[in-house]
Amino acid sequence: MQHPVPRQTGRGLARGIPAVLSVVSAFAIWEIYVRLSGISPLMLPAPSRVLDQIVQNRALLWNNTVPTLKATFAGFALSLTVAFGLSIVLDFMPRVRRALFPIFVVSQTLPLVAIAPLVVLWFGFDLTPKVLLVALVTFFPMLVALVDGYASTDPEIEDLIRSMGATRVQIFRAARFPSAMPYFFAGLRISITYAVVAAIFAEYVGARAGLGIVILNAKNSFRPDIVLAAVVISSLLTLILFAATALLQRIVLRWRDVEGHR
Amino acid sequence: MTALSLKDVSITLGDTHVLDRISMHVDQGEFVSILGPSGAGKSTIFRLLTGASPLQTGKITGATHQNSFAFMPQRDALMPWRRILDNLTLGLEVQGIPRKDARAQVAPLLADFGLADFTTHYPAQLSGGMRQRAALLRTIVQGRSIQLLDEPFGALDALTRTHMQTWFEDRWRTARWTTLLVTHDVREAVALSDRIYVLSRRPARVIAEITVPIPRPRLGRPPSAAAHDIEAHLLETLLHQTGENP
Repeated sequence: MQHPVPRQTGRGLARGIPAVLSVVSAFAIWEIYVRLSGISPLMLPAPSRVLDQIVQNRALLWNNTVPTLKATFAGFALSLTVAFGLSIVLDFMPRVRRALFPIFVVSQTLPLVAIAPLVVLWFGFDLTPKVLLVALVTFFPMLVALVDGYASTDPEIEDLIRSMGATRVQIFRAARFPSAMPYFFAGLRISITYAVVAAIFAEYVGARAGLGIVILNAKNSFRPDIVLAAVVISSLLTLILFAATALLQRIVLRWRDVEGHR
Repeated sequence: MTALSLKDVSITLGDTHVLDRISMHVDQGEFVSILGPSGAGKSTIFRLLTGASPLQTGKITGATHQNSFAFMPQRDALMPWRRILDNLTLGLEVQGIPRKDARAQVAPLLADFGLADFTTHYPAQLSGGMRQRAALLRTIVQGRSIQLLDEPFGALDALTRTHMQTWFEDRWRTARWTTLLVTHDVREAVALSDRIYVLSRRPARVIAEITVPIPRPRLGRPPSAAAHDIEAHLLETLLHQTGENP
């Protein structure tokens, strides 16, 4: 009997069970430890207390999540645009690629701890430095993925389309660009996990609002429960963005799902 | 009428002398094969014709422009991210024909190529033989005057290959595409060709030109005695050619 679709879903759910179990038991152990040991919530708050703080401070958390999300999206949009634009320039001009690539590599060696305060110093406490830092952190994985992706194009496909009389631009659009898409999504998934963290770090260094500011203030007033509440929100944001990327990938790379499915 | 003619074409790539004064011609509506050992430089001739490699010495007349040729590579080179219909229209799209018109040009040919029910499939969902038929249709639909087929059935298993050759002969007998086929399969060359050029090992020279006068269809029935004789003669020529023995 064939029930391909339900079986697929059933397997997906079954596959998720171990992950859910391990996460739930980790929190359970943490909760039990805090209750049995009687450790001060100023040292280690229980998960139930963190959850409680999220509910109590929901207005504060929400008001500070919005600026963080703004910085994340603006920074990511900037980095996506720059990575795409640059990757096309680099693909058409190998000499420029050889000249500029080392600079991009160096940009990734800069310690964020040192760079972030300088960027805030230069651009102030508003959105700009946060956007720049998010872009700086996220653009490199996408650029490398795109450049490598173009180069992965099947030479037979390129020979074929060239034999049809295609121009360099046509070859790029019809062959090289689609070939790079699986690579691009691999880079995108890496980048997106950095984005929220980078925004929060930038806020931590200097901002008017944002989850980074919540964390900074809570730390200074010895409230680890609120620190962790903000951490939970930031993790959730990253997870949601990651899921959105995965969904987008499934839509764009639908042709890959059929492979090995003859 | 001569559709294409090469005269004393020689090619040296780096230190390797690949082609040595190759002369050949293809007539309108004729099926010509280039038969030779692997690595002899058969594909180099195609690269020369499609403009992928520059002509060094010698002369090519008749169809000299890149736009005279439609090329079918060894492996199907279908784009895995395009559905079959979009793969078939690729050549027309490159020519700047709007998608709708391109599809209209492909549509009447789909049934003959056994692809009518598979236009929305991705290449990975098709069998090797069907992919090869799609690759051939993608070649034909470009409407070029000469079809260049580079070992089109080489990657298929023996049974599928025989099926495809029989099917192809049938299609060719109705359409009479001017065709230049590169192959190292003696039987395939004899079954499909009007004439066969036999190339030597590198540097490739034309060591024999053989006309195949056997009536068509030749496939889908027991091979004739005449076909056997020609195959034997070709094998002999290939095995006892001058130069180093492997």
